[in-house]
Amino acid sequence: MAFDYDKWIRPGKLPHIWCPGCGHGIVMKGLIRAMDTLQLKKEETAVVSGIGCASRLPGYIDCCTLHTAHGRAAAFATGVKMARPEMNVILVGGDGDGTAIGGNHFIHACRRNIDMTYIIMNNYIYGMTGGQFSPCTPTGHKASTTPYGNPDPGFDIAKLAIGAGATFVARGTAFHANQIDKLIVEAIQHKGFSVVEILDDCPTTYGRRNKFKSVIEMMNRLKEVAVPVKAAEKMTAEQLQGKVLTGVLYKDETKPEYIVEYAKVIERAQAVKK
Amino acid sequence: MSRYELRFSGSGGQGLITAGIIMAKAASIYEGKQAVQSQSYGPEARGGSSKSEVIISDGPIDYPKVTECDALLAMTQEAANKYSHDLKEGGILLIDSDLVTNVPPGNFKTVSFPIINTAKNDVGREIVANIVALGAMVALTGQVSRENAEKAVLSSVPEAFIELNRKAFSIGYEKALAASAQ
Amino acid sequence: MSKKVAFLQGNEAAAHGALYAGCDFFAGYPITPSTEVSEVLSLELPKTGGKFLQMEDEIAAMAAILGGALAGGKVMTSTSGPGLSLKQELIGYGCIAEIPCVVYNVMRGGPSTGMPTGPSQSDVMCAKWGTHGDHPAICLVPASVQETYEEVIRAFNLAEKYRTPVMVMPDEIVAHMRERIVFPEPGEIEVIPRKTPTVPPEKYKPYDTSFGDVPPLAAFGSGYKFHVTGLNKMQDGFPTTKAEIVQAEEERQVRKVDANIDDIVTFEEYLLEDADVVVVAYGSTSRSARYAVNIAREQGIKAGMFRIKTFWPFPDKQIKALAGKVKGIVIPEMNLGMCSLELERCAQGKVPVLGIFRVDGEPINPDQILDKIKEVK
Repeated sequence: MAFDYDKWIRPGKLPHIWCPGCGHGIVMKGLIRAMDTLQLKKEETAVVSGIGCASRLPGYIDCCTLHTAHGRAAAFATGVKMARPEMNVILVGGDGDGTAIGGNHFIHACRRNIDMTYIIMNNYIYGMTGGQFSPCTPTGHKASTTPYGNPDPGFDIAKLAIGAGATFVARGTAFHANQIDKLIVEAIQHKGFSVVEILDDCPTTYGRRNKFKSVIEMMNRLKEVAVPVKAAEKMTAEQLQGKVLTGVLYKDETKPEYIVEYAKVIERAQAVKK
Repeated sequence: MSRYELRFSGSGGQGLITAGIIMAKAASIYEGKQAVQSQSYGPEARGGSSKSEVIISDGPIDYPKVTECDALLAMTQEAANKYSHDLKEGGILLIDSDLVTNVPPGNFKTVSFPIINTAKNDVGREIVANIVALGAMVALTGQVSRENAEKAVLSSVPEAFIELNRKAFSIGYEKALAASAQ
Repeated sequence: MSKKVAFLQGNEAAAHGALYAGCDFFAGYPITPSTEVSEVLSLELPKTGGKFLQMEDEIAAMAAILGGALAGGKVMTSTSGPGLSLKQELIGYGCIAEIPCVVYNVMRGGPSTGMPTGPSQSDVMCAKWGTHGDHPAICLVPASVQETYEEVIRAFNLAEKYRTPVMVMPDEIVAHMRERIVFPEPGEIEVIPRKTPTVPPEKYKPYDTSFGDVPPLAAFGSGYKFHVTGLNKMQDGFPTTKAEIVQAEEERQVRKVDANIDDIVTFEEYLLEDADVVVVAYGSTSRSARYAVNIAREQGIKAGMFRIKTFWPFPDKQIKALAGKVKGIVIPEMNLGMCSLELERCAQGKVPVLGIFRVDGEPINPDQILDKIKEVK
């Protein structure tokens, strides 16, 4: 039987704003399947976003949803989670929102290892504003503000998250749709700050400028560059040139989780209370 | 008007803000008067100039800063030079005799003794020089009773240092009376 | 039994006021001269089961309290000038999404880093005009340690009552000076709770105006699910660009405060009955003003003081009435003439407005005010 997405979509809120060929809808479906698999209670789940195309996602999902300001999802979400630790808090957003204007909040949420899940849809571009280069746009590529090619080196979001202290880091792609929900399920189940980067596409503002002839070509590129972590173990450095690892890249279950640690602060404070 | 204005001045790290706070607390919590304490200091926690001002009155205190100083404590030469000019005629200037060697001129009564050295040698710890100075200021100004001031001191320091501070306060008080009588 | 007293700084009193008001969530970032608020609340909040967060920056602190409030918390942040500038976008978010919160801002010299340990009153315009777009503004300017305590409680009450960010802005002198404070007993000062929905979850809309200009606010995690956005929104919380809805909602957001000015605006009148000269003052400057007015009276000059306790909304009505009665208005302030502009607007040219503007990090002393009082003919 086909999966019934409607039970998680807010009535009357579709069609969504995303362009034909955009992968955000694929990610949203993956998220919905994951939430369904985990049988999350809608009233006990908050989906929080910043600004940008990907950040419009919460508006479609039937639960507690918070569409914040540009880059600030992680900081707002930290407030929600701290005030209501029993809630499931899921952040969604794009690469510009999460790693440029929101970069500071992103790394500090990783550092605290607070029990939330952050799904970053990396389409290498600022789509909503018309295709300006982001911290993830590959060097040399074209954007509306790099007409001569992008001089900036890009971020590796997964490495950034690991370096900053996130304890679960995974990567998938919009092409590998069936893997998305599995990665998100594992991320949500993980106790600590989990990051799932989904390599995505933006045919409208990125593909056109960078000689991708079609959405299919963009999707095929995701298929070609992705190498599952397991498979990569058997490959040479030469074979891995230009490839991107997918799957669960990092997992640490030993680092203390922030909500648990803060409960200890309260315990210590109340022990000395006169 | 009963307004009485005190200024504790010196350099950052000498504990003068604390001394001012305890003086004001003695007046406002223990003596039943009203008091306001304020301060100004540079960005650095140590070194730099530091001043703490205390206004004591029987009634409500409007302007919280010194207008005409009744009593000035100067723990550095710089502070003595800088602040002695707005000391009231007949006011009191207390200085550390080792640190303020050029006694500023003026129509006020100057009392001096080696405050820091008293803390170091007579009390045993240089760190309580501010409490020695406070004891002296309490004795010289008469704005709060010795008992109430001591209560304020003891309620402001960690338990382990109560005796040390009691001693510092008491020695400062006595030394100032002796120096003032000279 | 006698009440509990203490000898505290304005900032410390603010933290205790927040606790009295039921604050259970605070997020801040260290900044001189407001850090004592964080220090006290980091010590006290966990004792009550509340949460204290030191965030990665000023913006994050503002974001965290907004998130905390949406999850049901009574929230506050504290900051000073540069931090207030950084928080402005999200103060606007709080206004449009209608999230109750208290922003405690200690005014120091500026712009930019300015004079971090020097007093100032130069953030009062920033409290109203700092964030972009039309929005309501409530800003309280206490003048003593006791009043800082009480005004923080009132700020929480106003934030809840009008579902909007409220600012408390002492100047550095009030924030750092120490005075005796008498703590009220529990229940002695009213604490206004959040208006939460009475309708079942499926009927709930976060901006449902059938409950008036201030709709009830549910909490995430309390059985209600809804959407919050910084976009112009409809009553159900979802974004819209429909002209008539955007216009009506924007007007309502501002009206919640404007239509209740008499409930919000507070002030003190001192020796005004027969006054020829009125000194309008706020914060620590009002203490110098009172001192100067007393001396002027001793010298036979009919001076009085109008003390602004609520800076925004501005006490237009009262100032307009005064302008019709006195020969001149004197305004001492630690900026280059901010309140002065408002007074000129209200005075409508009927009386001269004489300013004493000081931005050198020194307080305005009573002599300066007395001299200016004497200039009024």
